Amino acid sequence: MNLTSLQEKFPSEILQVNSKEEDFSIVIRKDRCHEILKFLREEPEFHFEMMVDLCGVDYLPMGERPRFEVVYHLYSLTHNHRLRVRVKVPEEDLKVPTVTDLWKAADWFEREAWEMFGFEFTGHPNLKHLLLYNGFEGHPLRKDYPIGKRQKIPTPEETL
Amino acid sequence: MAVKDLFAGAVITTKLKEVVAWGRKYSLWPMPYATACCGIEFMGTVSSYFDISRFGAELVRFSPRQADLLIVLGTINYKQAPILKRIYEQMCEPKWVISAGACASSGGFYDNYSVIQGIDELIPVDVYVPGCPPRPEAILNGVMKIQEKIEKEAKGLKVDQREQAA
Repeated sequence: MNLTSLQEKFPSEILQVNSKEEDFSIVIRKDRCHEILKFLREEPEFHFEMMVDLCGVDYLPMGERPRFEVVYHLYSLTHNHRLRVRVKVPEEDLKVPTVTDLWKAADWFEREAWEMFGFEFTGHPNLKHLLLYNGFEGHPLRKDYPIGKRQKIPTPEETL
Repeated sequence: MAVKDLFAGAVITTKLKEVVAWGRKYSLWPMPYATACCGIEFMGTVSSYFDISRFGAELVRFSPRQADLLIVLGTINYKQAPILKRIYEQMCEPKWVISAGACASSGGFYDNYSVIQGIDELIPVDVYVPGCPPRPEAILNGVMKIQEKIEKEAKGLKVDQREQAA
């Protein structure tokens, strides 16, 4: 896979390109991430028609800025190649445009990333709890979530 | 010697309460609430080799309305909590609860955001069975402790909390 056409199209958006032994990953800015992902989905050269996974990363212990990252794992069935797209998300602005319009599979992934890290996926059709429950306070996969924190135990009356 | 000859003319004196308790302790109807590997050990306990029916508790029910012994086997997380509580509430009195295994008793090694640190935060527990998971003998010991408790309660004896933990 050759990523030069992507770099030429979005020169200021792509912060980093890593390609080592067919293991490709790019780090991009958040502002035009939807556009870049749409390009990767639709451009015949890349044709990433499958979203394998979407996850979040919290770089708090490393002290990195921006603090968060949303990682898209893409796979092309046509070309049999893979790409990892890492989108930098600052703590102050957790809004990330949804990609459910590009990949239907992103629906539950984004719901999980939202409850675990607190990303706001703007335009998501159904951004509610997937694994957790209503009334859960905080985002448990953030590195500053206290390990000993306990939640209020939900009662049958309010949940069943 | 036939039984009618053995008891011919004999009179046994007891209290009604104690006769009822005697009946109850040998006819427990357990309802397993199994969420993890402890449930597999319970399957072993019920099956022929360990055979829980030796203790009169072989009628395992999967409806709380037909059971009087709730055996919680496995990790209970916050999302499960209301379900377990509702099931306990649906059981008719008198009822007893065994917390089998480390997870049900204390959260086990799941010291994290999603797991209840012991079901006694949720429902009353009569007997705790240690182990991760407990062997069938340990679960049977828990059943025997319940039987002991039923008997002692009917006799008006105090049930030792420390003894229960064994």
